[in-house]
Amino acid sequence: MADLAHARTAPLVDENRWLRMLPDVCRWVLRGDEPVRAAAEAALGLPVPAEACRAGTSGERAALWLGPDEWLLIAPEGQEGLADRLARALEGRPHSLVDVSHRQVGLLVHGDVATTLLASGCPLDLSDRAFPVGMCTRTVLAKAEVVLWRTGVDEFRLEVWRSFAPYVTQFLAESARGTI
Amino acid sequence: MIEGLRTGHGGQVDRGRPVHFQFDGRRYQGFAGDTLASALLANGVHLMGRSFKYHRPRGLLAAGPEEPNALVTVRRDAARVTPNLRATQVEIYEGLVAESQNRWPSLRFDVGAINDFFSPFIPAGFYYKTFMWPRRAWYSLYEPRIRAAAGLGTAPTLPDPDRYANRFAHCDVLVVGAGPAGLAAATAAAQAGARVILADEQAQAGGSLLSDAAGSSALIEGRPATQWLTQALAALTSNPRVTVLTRTTAFGYFPHNLVALSERITDHLATPSPDAPRERQWQVRAREVVIGAGAIERPLVFSGNDRPGILLAGAARTFLNRYGVLPGTRAVLVTADDAAYQAALDLQDAGVFIACIADTRAAGAAGERARAAGIPVLNDACVLATQGRRRVNAIELARRTDGGLAERQTQPCDLVLMSGGFTPSVHLHSQSRGKLDWSEALQVFLPGASPERCRSAGACRGVFGLEAAVGDGSAAGAAAARDALDPRRSGVDPGGAAGRASAQVAPAPAQSAGFSGALPVNGRVRGRAFVDWQNDVTSKDLALALREGFRSIEHVKRYTTTGMATDQGKTSNLNALGIVASALKRTPPQVGLTTFRMPYTPVTFGSFAGLQRGELFDPVRRTPMYDWAAARGAVFEDVGLWKRARYFPRSGEDMHAAVNRECRAARSGCGIFDASTLGKIEVVGPDAVTFMNRLYVNAWNSLAVGRCRYGILTRDDGFIYDDGVVARISDQVFHVTTTTGGAPRVLAMMEDYLQTEWNELKVWLTSTTEQWAVIAVQGPKARAVLEGLVDVDLAPAAFPHMSVARGHILGVPMRLFRVSFTGELGYEVNVPADFGRAVWEAIYERGQAHGMTPYGTEAMHVLRAEKGYIIVGQDTDGTVTPEDAGLSWAVGKSKPDYVGKRSLARPAMSAPERRQLVGLTTRDGAVVLEEGAQVLAQSGAPVPTRPLGFVTSSYFSANLGRSIAMGLVSGGRARTGQTLYVPTEHGEVAVEVTGTVFLDPKGERING
Repeated sequence: MADLAHARTAPLVDENRWLRMLPDVCRWVLRGDEPVRAAAEAALGLPVPAEACRAGTSGERAALWLGPDEWLLIAPEGQEGLADRLARALEGRPHSLVDVSHRQVGLLVHGDVATTLLASGCPLDLSDRAFPVGMCTRTVLAKAEVVLWRTGVDEFRLEVWRSFAPYVTQFLAESARGTI
Repeated sequence: MIEGLRTGHGGQVDRGRPVHFQFDGRRYQGFAGDTLASALLANGVHLMGRSFKYHRPRGLLAAGPEEPNALVTVRRDAARVTPNLRATQVEIYEGLVAESQNRWPSLRFDVGAINDFFSPFIPAGFYYKTFMWPRRAWYSLYEPRIRAAAGLGTAPTLPDPDRYANRFAHCDVLVVGAGPAGLAAATAAAQAGARVILADEQAQAGGSLLSDAAGSSALIEGRPATQWLTQALAALTSNPRVTVLTRTTAFGYFPHNLVALSERITDHLATPSPDAPRERQWQVRAREVVIGAGAIERPLVFSGNDRPGILLAGAARTFLNRYGVLPGTRAVLVTADDAAYQAALDLQDAGVFIACIADTRAAGAAGERARAAGIPVLNDACVLATQGRRRVNAIELARRTDGGLAERQTQPCDLVLMSGGFTPSVHLHSQSRGKLDWSEALQVFLPGASPERCRSAGACRGVFGLEAAVGDGSAAGAAAARDALDPRRSGVDPGGAAGRASAQVAPAPAQSAGFSGALPVNGRVRGRAFVDWQNDVTSKDLALALREGFRSIEHVKRYTTTGMATDQGKTSNLNALGIVASALKRTPPQVGLTTFRMPYTPVTFGSFAGLQRGELFDPVRRTPMYDWAAARGAVFEDVGLWKRARYFPRSGEDMHAAVNRECRAARSGCGIFDASTLGKIEVVGPDAVTFMNRLYVNAWNSLAVGRCRYGILTRDDGFIYDDGVVARISDQVFHVTTTTGGAPRVLAMMEDYLQTEWNELKVWLTSTTEQWAVIAVQGPKARAVLEGLVDVDLAPAAFPHMSVARGHILGVPMRLFRVSFTGELGYEVNVPADFGRAVWEAIYERGQAHGMTPYGTEAMHVLRAEKGYIIVGQDTDGTVTPEDAGLSWAVGKSKPDYVGKRSLARPAMSAPERRQLVGLTTRDGAVVLEEGAQVLAQSGAPVPTRPLGFVTSSYFSANLGRSIAMGLVSGGRARTGQTLYVPTEHGEVAVEVTGTVFLDPKGERING
């Protein structure tokens, strides 16, 4: 019988010059209190921010603050084993660690039009002053919930639930049409 | 264009770029920079519309957004038809096609004008009194006729082919209006380092400066006004922190300094790019707002004041100076205000003969200037009447004396200018819930305190005069920037707007207060004096309303419809107030103003819809297996935002045939079903079981790891809210499933309780709906299909019904459930979503040897109904308790508490006559009841009667060879065996009350 362990297929979205799909990654939602955060930071060798709406990165790993007790952890595909390492480090501490690798997809909106494009559907102030590089938050893009993370001056990573990805990309493409 | 109606030079039109357009089928020529109004005037066309009620011929009153008469329809093509545009705001482009409205068969000859003849019989409120008898005729005759006659313009019938964009924006200072005050405010704010958005509704920034004569001697900050304008604008547009938006109307002020702007992008273009959005709606969140909306000139209310050729003095000046159009050749000015004299002087300079200035006031300094220019001035003037049908041709004037009238004169003219002074535009300020203060000096309402962070500057707060307005704007802009950039600034402003006007300059002394109300005339008045041009309300109508006892200005407004037209009373409200106040012998602030409503000028529906139409109306959610189903010709149905495969027709099959086949396959061999859309919530933490115990009606302590249980969630009112299988993955981890549509609201309810009621619980919720693709394999052959694919021992003893295990399927990690929504042996394979398609195909391929058939939601519905499994929202309606649904076995009765327990303890919740879910079988098995049909106790019950309940689920069951149905019936279970009656379109159907399990009542198949 064939082994399907490498038959992973993410939903298809239309890419364009401001938007591309990011590679498959491992994702977990970590919930817990401050000691859990600190323990996770130590176990992962990754800054897990205590500051609201900030992302910590180390290489290709990232921890995004999404709530006072909630972080989205991202690691490259193939690092599934991190979950076990983390679970061991957190043993005995009340927490929740849930694999959401396949729940959502990563999209990159980039270029000098990035903030303008996002402003067609996101009500937040995306200026450097209000939303600096390294900031992240859960927000909406039109009718879809997204996690928005500014990874560069002209670069935003969107984490979108997989079934909403076609909608989000279509919405952004339509926003760009005739205006950008 | 008619020779001589266009000045040789000056203004904002480009005489080197002629533009051709049509109005009511006739071709005309104007210049680039013209509005439809100015271009028609240049062609000698004054008649541009018919009034709403009396169909009186009407020309322009104004030159801006307040224009009440010249409403036109612009027709770009069959679908792009926009009614009720103000000709004063329509920029002409090559090939523009515009039509007048509210006339038939033509503007010059309008049958509806007969209303004018009958006007004595149709005063204000006539339709409240006239169409009372016979009563039935209201519906058959009166209302349809009135509705046909009512309304302005015709809505387009084809779908709107244009695109509309949306933009969220944030700034430190939003300046509304790019007139002198607004430009000064934006400049000052930008110089202070603020992020500024400056919006103006016109095609060009400049506001009133655009209406100044080319050789105007006006100075701003020591420079000629035109130079100041050019320099200020250049500095703003080159500043990267400043966004200047023209053709952009600030139409609504919402809480927390959210201001909505409507930007018109392509309406002025002859050949817009097909990709360009027609409009863009801006939702601007501003730290501070400066309103520089200017002021609107008031008409004077005198007899015959609505003839074409009678317009506001400032409008005439705008047409002359901005567009280079002479609105007439021989003019009379009627004024109660000094500012209007400039219009007469400008027109005279351009060659218009000013026959007379009739000033309603005593002699003053302004009159001396006019006399010096050779214009006769009549003081203490009154207007007795005007003459002319489609254009004014004379005005009858006189001087009021103590004893009566003197110097009666009839002045031939083709142009009458009028001015009652200026009304500050307080619309936006008022929309911000700002108070209005009455100014005794100016006799107008001015912006008072606002709970929002806004300030007004310039003419819109009564600061008239160029230097004063610029100084006021500059101060307001600087103060707004200072407040916006204040590092101590927090989100809340406890001080509100108090004291924020103090930074602005004091209002300049009024040049004059102008006049509001009906112009006094000694002696008898002939004809009608219009107050509201668009809705045809006269001073007599207002007087009638007051005679009939209306006192509140809001009542007077509704009875007479004054101020209720699309112009929202921009030119009429203060005059109406003046008339009412004077008749009631009250002061204007005692009478008060009616509410200013948004939008400031009409806004298209399209701009509100934005991109959210068609494909983007709502997100369309598809499962990982969607493409597989689509390739097999599946018919999909919408379930929430999801597209779910409803059935898989083979060639020649209709839905019934397909569903019957799918149902038989699931019970005889095996079926495969995409259950990925079911909501999934991972409940994790040491207190997970406590949380589940408190939330769901079931008892969870006894649920062992590796086992599943059917869970029911009630709201605090005790009614079923959702249901689903809950699996205990480990001691501290529950895998909770919800209905497809209920997933978001169940998670929200859980979070609500967790965060507000049970904050102490160490448990966390994570939505995993989209993490897992769920493949249901159901039927007697289900085990045979999965064996060999999975690394879980599927032997019945090792993995009985309601088990859950973690394992792998073809190397893919999996959570395997042994559950059934069909009553058959069944499994649900949960795999990470990106593997869903590959795993599905592998199972399907393996299943072919066992006759595996994909089935859709329709077959799923039938299969579960055969077993009496409920669907929340179909067999429940928010008033059904677990006991009503026959599910009391699921309730953990010994639990101390759970959400809904207290409500369910009320005696009424277990009253025997409550509607209970029962089976309903028709005598004739071929008859399928309609879902929603009423269930009656007696045959042939007279109408109306009280039903016992209704049918909730009804299908033809291929497996049983007959129809089955469930329904909610009062005292239903006690009626088992009784015959009840269901009235249908085709007569009454007798049904027998049964249990809800129609197939395999002992439940043996599920354990197969």
